[in-house]
Amino acid sequence: MLSRTADHLFWMSRYMERAENTARMLNVNYETSLLPQSAEATEQGWRGLLSISELTPAYLQRYSGFNGRDVMDFMVRDDSNPSSILACLRAARENARAVRGALTTEVWETQNQTWLEFNRLLREGALARDPGSLFEWVKFRSHLSRGVTVGTMLMDDSLHFIRIGTFLERGDNTARLLDVKFHALAGEFFGAGNGKETHEVDFYHWSAILRSVSGFEIYRKVYRNVIRPELVAELLILRPDMPRSLAACINEVVTNLQLVANQQSGETLRRAGRLQADLQYGRIDEILATGLHAYLTQFLARVGDLGGGISRDFLVPETA
Amino acid sequence: MPPSFDEMRISGSEVRDHYRTYESWLKAQPQELMRDRRDEAEMIFRRVGITFAVYGAKDEDGAGTERLIPFDLIPRVIPSHEWTEMEKGLRQRVTALNRFLHDVYHDQEILKAGLVPAEQVLKNAQYRPEMQGVNVPGGVYSHISGVDIVRAANPDGSGTYYVLEDNLRVPSGVSYMLEDRKMMMRLFPELFAAHRVAPVAHYPDLLLETLRAVAPAGVVDPTVIVLTPGMYNSAYFEHAFLAQQMGVELVEGQDLFVRDDHVYMRTTQGPKRVDVIYRRVDDDFLDPQVFRPDSTLGCAGMLGVYRSGNITLANAIGTGVADDKSIYPYVPKMVEFYLGEKPILNNVPTYMCRDAKDLSYVLAHLGELVVKEVHGAGGYGMLVGPASTKAEIEEFRAHLVANPSNYIAQPTLSLSTCPTFVESGIAPRHIDLRPFVLSGTEVQMVPGGLTRVALKEGSLVVNSSQGGGTKDTWVLED
Repeated sequence: MLSRTADHLFWMSRYMERAENTARMLNVNYETSLLPQSAEATEQGWRGLLSISELTPAYLQRYSGFNGRDVMDFMVRDDSNPSSILACLRAARENARAVRGALTTEVWETQNQTWLEFNRLLREGALARDPGSLFEWVKFRSHLSRGVTVGTMLMDDSLHFIRIGTFLERGDNTARLLDVKFHALAGEFFGAGNGKETHEVDFYHWSAILRSVSGFEIYRKVYRNVIRPELVAELLILRPDMPRSLAACINEVVTNLQLVANQQSGETLRRAGRLQADLQYGRIDEILATGLHAYLTQFLARVGDLGGGISRDFLVPETA
Repeated sequence: MPPSFDEMRISGSEVRDHYRTYESWLKAQPQELMRDRRDEAEMIFRRVGITFAVYGAKDEDGAGTERLIPFDLIPRVIPSHEWTEMEKGLRQRVTALNRFLHDVYHDQEILKAGLVPAEQVLKNAQYRPEMQGVNVPGGVYSHISGVDIVRAANPDGSGTYYVLEDNLRVPSGVSYMLEDRKMMMRLFPELFAAHRVAPVAHYPDLLLETLRAVAPAGVVDPTVIVLTPGMYNSAYFEHAFLAQQMGVELVEGQDLFVRDDHVYMRTTQGPKRVDVIYRRVDDDFLDPQVFRPDSTLGCAGMLGVYRSGNITLANAIGTGVADDKSIYPYVPKMVEFYLGEKPILNNVPTYMCRDAKDLSYVLAHLGELVVKEVHGAGGYGMLVGPASTKAEIEEFRAHLVANPSNYIAQPTLSLSTCPTFVESGIAPRHIDLRPFVLSGTEVQMVPGGLTRVALKEGSLVVNSSQGGGTKDTWVLED
């Protein structure tokens, strides 16, 4: 297939996945902010959300305080923010439009419809009226987009590049979420926090993280245990059967990379395989001993490196 | 000027035979139902993304510059005996035009015979000296031709079809022909049960067959691609649509490069050789080494490969010399010269302003004539005398006097009208017809074509860039 086509497909699915993850994080933060908690804690939550996507400086150029309404506005509908849901859905749709001939009619219409409907919802004030349902809506449009892709596309390179985009983005997003959330709780997590009150705060905090990746029920099912931070980390980093874990994402990336391999992609595949092996044979106590933040920072760098390799090997046109 | 020919009615009460079933159905439909259907059509077109880009326009709700082409619910119906005759005429005309192009770029017999003034051809901006002596597969230059046809009323009330112009460069609109049919079948399935409407959905198949048939000699399984200027081009939807329907790659200039006298596209598995390029990019932008050096829409070195016979371009380079408005008056002579036949399709009588006698007539009758720029397209740069103000006519007169050879003039034809569903209800609006003629090893076409309709009351300009819409076109089988 055309390199440019692969490039558009790769970014189409990345942007859709990013829109979904942004909606997930916003939703959890929004729900958390409705719980009885101190003003500082609420503000801390919104602040953390911006730092996940490294957007704090951009936000502060436009807004002054960290209140929910402003942060949601910035992350949902602000055109100047390239990571806002609006910008992501536009980019996903523009990439789809550029290669609509390479998509099935259903896939294209889903992308186009999502974009048109989202604009309509914003115009009608859906964000102010009921942010929760708007976030749910974005999440379900992303489910639909993935489902229609897997359900209707020929299983050729087009589909494989779409899948690579989805899982590379998802791995990146899950790692960022973990990093920021654990960072915010560093004190309690590594400190003494044994009081009942802290325990309660912890419960809501960890369960919020789990819910943002649809992992709360999975956690219960897998561990049959109270919510414990190291198990949350294990679930989201190492469990290959948890669909949003780093291990699951990298497994999918490797599988699809192998399917599209060409003469120059050997090194990228080797690096992807190595990252996969590290996750497959890693242990959570080792990761925590060396420091979760350091581990995730390194993971993000390796995912970034993989993205660069994929662009070089398949997407960015070679010079004639 | 006689009143316009009404495609549906002979008089106020009498309906033409081929419209009888439809008209009695239409009478029974409540206005609200038609309105609902129209809204439904608009919603579907938007969801499917059947849009065109308006140059220089901006939208506030994020839809960019994409607009829908208005779609009218009432079909234009052509009885099969009329179509049979028209099809014969189209076949003849396009064959003669292809012969003319081959002649111009080879021995120039028609110029030597003095039937077409040589300087009119050789000094024409659309003449490409680079094509002189180049052999193209099958001698076919215009593989896809869009011939614009109108019906004008005669004094006795009958109508006559005229060819208004030939489009031999990159004619567009065929995707609307196909989508309009799909939409009609979706909105009004019962009408298709009650009529024998000739199908058109196999057009992409015929197109692919045509393109494969003109591959460079010796290529067994040719790789066909569609070359588009990109997603911001006004016809991008059509480019993507045709590529998808044919199952071929939709390519931009940046995806192509030339190596060892062949054209390649960049793929995820390395370079892949290309054999046939259905290009939707104008000549001027095809090869920055030869034509416009600032073009990023084409591919450097493409013309060299083309001249070596290692790729086929559809349409060929230099076809504009045959569809130029200053060449148009000679097409009937071409038919006689190359085919030894009487032309079946009529030309509109045309005054050439380069000719002093014609010019003085035109200047004296500006208020009655349609004056067009020789290279104009899309309804730009023209004067419709009867529809213009004194000031507009005087302004145009100045342009005309300054550069007469840039213009031709024709009597204002009263284009036929077809009932159309507009805001005020059902009312007559002027229409034209663009059949798409495919030339490969043989000349083929699907019955009918694209009917364009001028939605503004009284307007004769049907172009989508000027507020025109489209209708489904039915050729009724007997």
